[in-house]
Amino acid sequence: MPLLKISNLQKNFDGLEVIKDISLEVEQGQVVAIIGPSGSGKSTLLRCATLLEKVDSGDILYMGEPVVYTDKQGKTCYAPHKDLKRIQSYFGLVFQNFNLFPHYSVIKNIIDAPIHVQKKSKEEALAIGRDLLARMGLADKENAYPCQLSGGQQQRVSIARALALNPKILFFDEPTSALDPELTGEILRVIKDLAAEHMTMVIVTHEMSFARDVADHIIFMDGGVIVEEGTPNQVINNPQSDRTKAFLSRFYEI
Amino acid sequence: MELPVILLKLLEGLLVSFQIFALTLIFSLPLGLIVALGRMSKNFFIRNIIKIYISIMRGTPLMLQLMVVYFGPYYIFGWTLSRDYRFIAVIIGFVLNYAAYFAEIYRGGIESMPIGQYEAAKVLGYTKTQTFMRIILPQVIKRILPSVTNEIITLIKDTSLAFVISVSEMFTAAKAIASSQASVIPYLAAGLFYYIFNYIVAFTMECVEKKFSYYR
Repeated sequence: MPLLKISNLQKNFDGLEVIKDISLEVEQGQVVAIIGPSGSGKSTLLRCATLLEKVDSGDILYMGEPVVYTDKQGKTCYAPHKDLKRIQSYFGLVFQNFNLFPHYSVIKNIIDAPIHVQKKSKEEALAIGRDLLARMGLADKENAYPCQLSGGQQQRVSIARALALNPKILFFDEPTSALDPELTGEILRVIKDLAAEHMTMVIVTHEMSFARDVADHIIFMDGGVIVEEGTPNQVINNPQSDRTKAFLSRFYEI
Repeated sequence: MELPVILLKLLEGLLVSFQIFALTLIFSLPLGLIVALGRMSKNFFIRNIIKIYISIMRGTPLMLQLMVVYFGPYYIFGWTLSRDYRFIAVIIGFVLNYAAYFAEIYRGGIESMPIGQYEAAKVLGYTKTQTFMRIILPQVIKRILPSVTNEIITLIKDTSLAFVISVSEMFTAAKAIASSQASVIPYLAAGLFYYIFNYIVAFTMECVEKKFSYYR
């Protein structure tokens, strides 16, 4: 059973069709990279999958459990609140602009949800949090506040915050787009480490070479549809569609 | 009347002014938050009733509002209330008025919060109440502190309006002594006391703001 299954997803913003008809599956341990031009619907797709946006129609299932489904009359329905709460714990999301809680220290950012959402003991949450900070190379920043950290460090804290809840799948919404070029490397390295540990991930990114290196499945989106998908070798090295070729040509020029 | 006696009488009045000040804050700060939430409610009736309430509180003089609260029960319902009701009426009037102003300050603070904070909390699984109490409100308090300080300082000076229903706060006392002694000294002394009171409050609020400056 796929960890995430999306079928025939559609989403409008005031009549503008941002996602036209998208179906995709993510298997346990898979790393999927979604690439495409701005406005292609990549981020919206992620936001629908993480329940930040309501879809207009289509199905979304996590481990076979429906988040959104189509009933017998063909109506699009969301699962009841208590089911959504449970399914929400299956995934984590790393934002483009981190969205750390500025009034909490680094460690509090990481352990607050485990303590107050998952009802873990403070000791247990602290152990998990410190372990994650060490893995992110931020063991000495435990008591710092987000405003005292560089963008790259903040993004690593936000990855630790998402991982602290032990999600089955982690989404990244352009995790390096708000960072200086010299800071993107540290984030990409962290994601590569997670991939090596077989963390299931869906990454929306503009970093083509990174997508090629880290992903085992690449989806190229444009105009709200999946234009082309396949292995990195297929999509990035031997694109079939003209739109993919045109998009990637800019990448090869550099 | 000797100066020490005048000062003593004024200090007695100051104690009443301080009671009005403290009780108003204790009740209107939490009430303001509730009013702000009502003002932002999705429910059409709640939102608009609150809007009308805020509009009346801000659109009419506080002095008139105090008179309505004090004389209203008699003229509208024919109730005769005890002399103690004067002080209660002052507190009710001030709380209702200040809650409306605080509500608008809270609302401004809450609406200025970036949507990303709500989204991060939602994805992490916080309930709506947890999101508000743990993530949003603490940051809102920091943002609104300068405006709240402003209101609090205005409140100190506004306590003198209680004289309109003869509650013997400091300004009422100053007025009484000044007319019996044909002297402006009581007014000047009262002015000095108000200033010192305000100075202490402003200093305290500055310390509170510093306490919140550990993050940006």
